[in-house]
Amino acid sequence: MENNKKNSRRYFLGNGLKLSLATALGTIGLAKFTSKLKAKTDNNTVETMELMTTDGTLIEVDTSEVVDVKHSKDHKKKYNLREGMPNRKFVMVIDLAKCKNALKCQIACNKHHYITGDHAWIKVYKMQEDEDTAPYWMPTTCMHCDHPACVTVCPVDATFKRRDGLVLIDNERCIGCRFCMAACPYSTRVFNWSEPAYGEETEITMNMHMQHVEHNSIEFTGMPSVKGTVDKCDFCPHTIKENILPHCVTACPNGVFYFGDKYEDTVTNGEETLRLSKLIVDKHGYRLMEGLGTKPSVYYLPPVDRLVDFEDGLKDFTDFKSVDKPE
Amino acid sequence: MKNTDKLTKDLAPRKFGKAGVIWTWSLIVISVLGIIAYIDQVIKGQMVTNMNDYALWGIYISNFVFFVATSFVGTVTVAVLRLTNNSWRTPIVRIAEIISLASIIMAGITIMIDMGRPDRLLNLFIHARLQSPITWDVIIIPTYIVISLLLLYFPLLPDLALLKKHYKKTKPKLSKWYGKLSLNWTGSDAQKKIQLKSIHIIAILTIPAGFMLQTIDAWLFSTLFRVGWDSTNMGAYFISGASVAGVGALVAVVYVIQKAYKLEDYITDYHFDKLGKFLVLTCLIYLYFNINEYLLPQLTSKKEEITHANVLFTGEYAPLFWFVTVGGLVIPIIVLLFKKGRKPLPMFLIGLLVVLGSWWKRYLIVTPTLLHPFLPIQGVPESWRHYFPSLHEWLITAATLAMALLIITILVRYLPVIPIQRTAEERELLKKEENNKS
Repeated sequence: MENNKKNSRRYFLGNGLKLSLATALGTIGLAKFTSKLKAKTDNNTVETMELMTTDGTLIEVDTSEVVDVKHSKDHKKKYNLREGMPNRKFVMVIDLAKCKNALKCQIACNKHHYITGDHAWIKVYKMQEDEDTAPYWMPTTCMHCDHPACVTVCPVDATFKRRDGLVLIDNERCIGCRFCMAACPYSTRVFNWSEPAYGEETEITMNMHMQHVEHNSIEFTGMPSVKGTVDKCDFCPHTIKENILPHCVTACPNGVFYFGDKYEDTVTNGEETLRLSKLIVDKHGYRLMEGLGTKPSVYYLPPVDRLVDFEDGLKDFTDFKSVDKPE
Repeated sequence: MKNTDKLTKDLAPRKFGKAGVIWTWSLIVISVLGIIAYIDQVIKGQMVTNMNDYALWGIYISNFVFFVATSFVGTVTVAVLRLTNNSWRTPIVRIAEIISLASIIMAGITIMIDMGRPDRLLNLFIHARLQSPITWDVIIIPTYIVISLLLLYFPLLPDLALLKKHYKKTKPKLSKWYGKLSLNWTGSDAQKKIQLKSIHIIAILTIPAGFMLQTIDAWLFSTLFRVGWDSTNMGAYFISGASVAGVGALVAVVYVIQKAYKLEDYITDYHFDKLGKFLVLTCLIYLYFNINEYLLPQLTSKKEEITHANVLFTGEYAPLFWFVTVGGLVIPIIVLLFKKGRKPLPMFLIGLLVVLGSWWKRYLIVTPTLLHPFLPIQGVPESWRHYFPSLHEWLITAATLAMALLIITILVRYLPVIPIQRTAEERELLKKEENNKS
């Protein structure tokens, strides 16, 4: 009996609450509606503004009719890591005429990505396609292809293509099947065959681990590298986000690397800023293995009118070593 | 009825002799060694293998491809011989089904050994992407395992019921198990009708499934740019190669079982003769696709193709290539074309040679291609220009092979390798025909 009473009381209270809530909402709604009606009749002839439609004609509209379009704000949103930076398309131009195999790009890249394996992400190839053709030095990064073969074959979407052109790897998802490595015609991908050998806890590795804790995101590939997963050149999203050029670009003493945005049609090596389309046309730029249809984001300028002799680079050439290991 | 009793006595699984016990234990020991090596690999990472950023796949993958190929024997003998009404298949189909099941199970396990992060296996389902050939493999391999299992199981039902009766007094426990597995088989017409229909459906299903399995396996390679893989020939090449590997393995296993169980009355020279003709047919088809694969590119002589071919014909891998081509293909064809070559013992030796050739053939498909990428190999340790499996890889691979043989051994130990009921029915039919004639 006691129980029953309590229940009915609770029931009454609940209903009462709902009812009062409904009336409150109703009055607010009504007030809004009437005010709108008023506004329509009152301000109709007072305030108007001129707008241009998408096809270029000017129209005059009532200011009260102007409302913010929802998606117009989306540009400002913080960018999605898997989507990329909005309205950007990063490209690189590598001028083979300037490269003399100084290897500063490789050293900087190894250092800043804490590469401790046997295989650097940036390599400077000693190229000579045939006995009868001229030798030249060719630095390679990841080509960040627009039709990336590696992304197509990845079974778990661990490697992915962003709208800003970058091909990145989520090494927390990678299952280590190495199918992407087999797919890449540029042999650009490296595998962490064991726990990365960072050596003793130094200031550098401490720095890396702190950075990892601070920004634990796919933008920081290789910081730290994860055993049993794939790594590769990432176009340094952690620096370009801050409007700083990738490490290889700033490290090169000869200005070989130009980095930029295809939509802005500009590339810069830190010293000079050039119009990308004009540069490609003027210097007969090309991309590696165009025939495969991978559509790389890295353009090469042919090694013509070389600034330094090819032989100059030979003193730095080591066939079997691209990474200095920590002691 | 008396007839079946004698057959059951002859064909019921028997305890192993001394040789059988030693054989089984050595397989177990090899398997355990491999498991230890694998645990070490998981702890230390794949550093313990001799794979590297260029030879990024090694014998784990080629061994996987070998298992997938061998598992094709189920499709090729059971289904194809069944649909073409070749009645000589009766005593060998169950052995083929057993090999098929063991191989495909081991294929599924072997591919996981190659993963850098086996702990993330579930990602293959959670984040699966349908355009990746690996996802196709993830779908087709379990499918084929189920189909192979059913293909083995459905025809077994009457035999299991027979065995239940056979062991009722001598081994009541074993008899109970057979009884449970026989799903209350009584041999009534209704049951027979359902069973026949089921077998027929599975036998037909196994053909597209088997072809898909082999083709997807080929596409793992031919969807990539690399020279030696980027070939439209691959699908058919793999299917025909799988027939060779499968039938070769079948010949070898059939011979061993015939000798071990003394089944000369049931598996006769006639069956070996037929199997020999079947094997030579598959070899000839495979030879045709080999010519397509290796000789045709010589005519256009693209630079990369020629480099690849030279490595195989005259370079580093030439001894292996010629062993695989001559030993695994040409010699079997020549020997098996003669009637004397199709006697049991020469057939057994040829079967072993074919299996060995098939295993190394997969190694040749995987490794040399990886060592000749489009850009030169530079800036990496000298040892990365070559690949030969490490001790860990050999131990683990030997263990997977041993486990496959172990599965076959266990199934042969507890199942009647020759269908009892079917043999009885066929013999009765033969007798009736003879009676009619006389």
